Amino acid sequence: MNVPGAWYLVLAAILFGLGATGLLVRRNVLVMFMCVELMLNAVNLTFVTFGRLENDLGGQVSVFFVLVVAAAEVVVGLAIIVAMFRRRAAATADDIDSLKG
Amino acid sequence: MLAAVLPALAGFHTGALSSSGIVANAASSGRALAHASAWVVFFTGAVFILAGAFGVILLRNPVHCALMLVVTLFGVAIEFIDQAADFLAAVQIIVYAGAIVILFLFVIMFLGVDRVDRRATMGSEPTKLQRPLAILLGVVTLVEILVLSRVQHWSTGYAGTASQPGGFAGSLTGPGENIQKLGQSIYTRYLLPFEMTAALLVIAVVAAVVLSRHQDSVAGEMSRSEQESMVDE
Repeated sequence: MNVPGAWYLVLAAILFGLGATGLLVRRNVLVMFMCVELMLNAVNLTFVTFGRLENDLGGQVSVFFVLVVAAAEVVVGLAIIVAMFRRRAAATADDIDSLKG
Repeated sequence: MLAAVLPALAGFHTGALSSSGIVANAASSGRALAHASAWVVFFTGAVFILAGAFGVILLRNPVHCALMLVVTLFGVAIEFIDQAADFLAAVQIIVYAGAIVILFLFVIMFLGVDRVDRRATMGSEPTKLQRPLAILLGVVTLVEILVLSRVQHWSTGYAGTASQPGGFAGSLTGPGENIQKLGQSIYTRYLLPFEMTAALLVIAVVAAVVLSRHQDSVAGEMSRSEQESMVDE
């Protein structure tokens, strides 16, 4: 009755690839952060799919914890971005080059 | 597309489906119809996910990117519902699309970067060939995942639930609601990780407050001393 799990996994792989590509292509730090969220969602979809295939609730429990960690990560990441913007008006990742050797 | 999807989602109406012509041969029995509707739901979610992901990558304005991220999260929620993860779909909408994206939008508008990044469009690339190489690397990543999945099976490192019925966390298809089973699993077997996530959230909130307040006070003192020095001069 259900769609085979491989379709979901391929969809999640495509979403992960798109997120990775966006993380590498984009310059804006906030948009890079959104691409990280895309990759997290791809992995979440994979967790739920494997949980359904194995008939195990552990996949959904893992997604629950990933959601919590993603929320904490977004809070800290955005605080860092705000602090960075206050120090210098840097919208792109290329402007953060104080550590170059 | 939507006109064909809606009756398949809501109606299970054989006449409407066969007249739409998409699943004309599959609408003979109820089981085939349920099968077809599962595919329709899957592809609807897939269209949402891929359209949103391409929007996040391609659109120039960060506000538009955040809104396209909502589309992707909504598509993922559709796929969650399709795979009997009802609670996670609700949390996906409430927490991700409701809280995290709002936080993104708040920061975007707070910092005032909701305009087109002019430097990125002007083509002043600090490193040449970075964008083509990045796209190539993304394609290589995707192809690698897909080829590995064809060569070997999707490897989970998991022994499967055949020897151990229900796995560690419990069975997915047992009696009871999805949220009930999930809550029982979290509050019994995964109680310690659950408590650790509570500590993690508290630490994250404190860290966010410290990061923003400390920078603010330092900047304020510096500006005040600068003002005094300017007054002295």
